[in-house]
Amino acid sequence: MIRLDRVSKVFGPITAVDAVTMEVAAGEVCVLLGPSGCGKTTTMKMINRLIPPTSGKIFLDGRDTDLIDEVTLRRSIGYVIQQIGLFPNMTVEDNICVVPDLLRWDRTKSRRRAAELLEMVNLDPKIFLKRYPKELSGGQQQRVGVVRALAADPPVLLMDEPFGAIDPINREVIQDEFMKLQEALRKTVVFVSHDIDEAVKMGSRIAIFRDGRLIQYDTPNNVLAKPADPFVADFVGSDRTLKRLRLVKVSEAMMPDPPRVRSDDTLDTAVRLMEEHGHISIVMVGPRGRARGVVRLDTARGRKGLVGENIEPLPGTVNVTEDLRTAVSLMFTHDVAWLACVDDDGFYKGYVTQRGITHTLGAAYRGA
Amino acid sequence: METVRFIAANLPLIGQKTLEHLSIVGVAVTIAILTGVPIGILITQSKPAADRVLYVAAIIMTIPSIALFGLLIPILSLVGQGIGWLPAVIALILYSQLPIIRNTYTAIMNIDPALREAARGMGMTPFERLRRVEIPLALPVIVNGVRNAVVLGIAIGAIATYIGAGGLGTFISRGITQTDIRQLLTGALAVSLLAIVADYALIAVRRLLTSPGLRI
Repeated sequence: MIRLDRVSKVFGPITAVDAVTMEVAAGEVCVLLGPSGCGKTTTMKMINRLIPPTSGKIFLDGRDTDLIDEVTLRRSIGYVIQQIGLFPNMTVEDNICVVPDLLRWDRTKSRRRAAELLEMVNLDPKIFLKRYPKELSGGQQQRVGVVRALAADPPVLLMDEPFGAIDPINREVIQDEFMKLQEALRKTVVFVSHDIDEAVKMGSRIAIFRDGRLIQYDTPNNVLAKPADPFVADFVGSDRTLKRLRLVKVSEAMMPDPPRVRSDDTLDTAVRLMEEHGHISIVMVGPRGRARGVVRLDTARGRKGLVGENIEPLPGTVNVTEDLRTAVSLMFTHDVAWLACVDDDGFYKGYVTQRGITHTLGAAYRGA
Repeated sequence: METVRFIAANLPLIGQKTLEHLSIVGVAVTIAILTGVPIGILITQSKPAADRVLYVAAIIMTIPSIALFGLLIPILSLVGQGIGWLPAVIALILYSQLPIIRNTYTAIMNIDPALREAARGMGMTPFERLRRVEIPLALPVIVNGVRNAVVLGIAIGAIATYIGAGGLGTFISRGITQTDIRQLLTGALAVSLLAIVADYALIAVRRLLTSPGLRI
């Protein structure tokens, strides 16, 4: 979708971007990451020619961007900046419709779309369409900023540290909203950031820059697991393995189809199942398979009776759609070595252990 | 008291002189807006050009009005208009340049660079940027420049009576030559009142031209 071919930018004696070659596939979020002055923003701005490249070619959907009129090019690329840049003299509605208006879209059509887009970021159009930017909070303004970039439905979005100026709590919320939006819209996004956590969270791929050069371009998991050089390792942080916990879903690290018992099973059955699997406890499920409690081997061995009479509460459960960071946090909170994994309806799906998590994370290193 | 009686007795004349005065200032400031605003916008493109233009405009401001009228007489005599309405208008156009150019220039330069960047990044041409963003944002400050020019013009317009341009200055000049305090006061009062009314009218215009989003 976007291809950079040996793109360089020289400002006087300084080479800001040095022969960068990279490709962003359609529908991916590519995060350009690096310390300030590394060339990431310059690289992004060369895509919509806000900064003309000194040499090299940039292709958009196979077309050489040098051959496209720069105004036409920019109108076909959504653009979001850190300072938001909503025009204070226009209402939220008119701000969103800037590009559709420049493209002379039908007014009723663009206004309707503005209302739909606002709803997608949880802002009530009835309240917000006619407001002016100054009447909005920072977070609301940036939501409008993102939506404005989407108004003319461009296939490509450029985002220059879009959530950098928003307080940490709101930033998380807006990042999540944007990811949901992105899942639905599948835009090709180039996203500049200096925050490794944001990059890991948002990026399908991360491009790490240093002194104008592209050092590593890989998936978040690989960047964290196998930093290309000491600079990248240092930049992603010594806790990089912990950061990978975010990237793995509980469902990927859990043991599926675990043994289970029902309340009318005998303790003998429970003991036999535990011994068979080498477990020291077993989850009891309800009639339809919801995780209800746990029976311990110590309690059950050598005793007669039914499971239902010897049940203890579950030490903790985690949703299979959560990431391992949440799972590990829950383990630490409850001081346990394993968690029962359930789906949205509470059905028992499997279990995840500390060893299992270590094993999953270690796979990337063993594979190398 | 005598002044009040004089005013009451001469209302039609005062009205006529006010209109003369307004025609000088109105025409001059309208032309000054048409030249000053584009010049103010143009010089935002080049700092050295801006410095030079603002310097020249400031120098024109320092020429005493009587001297400027005097300078214009031989020049405009070439077209047979050495005195009267035309030199008065031309002098006021020149004086109005500084407040209008300066305010336009400052207003545009003070626009948040992030807005310009957003406008450029979204694919506005320089002209669209001016029309949709820069001018709407600069308008309140530009109107303030016009207010300055109008008040200044009304004051200097009173002196234009010495080159036969008429206007409310007529009362003042006659008041001085005839040592007639009534005419002097009438002229002075009328000029001040006109300036105040015009200024308030322009404040209303500014309000009308300012986007509600900027007032909040």
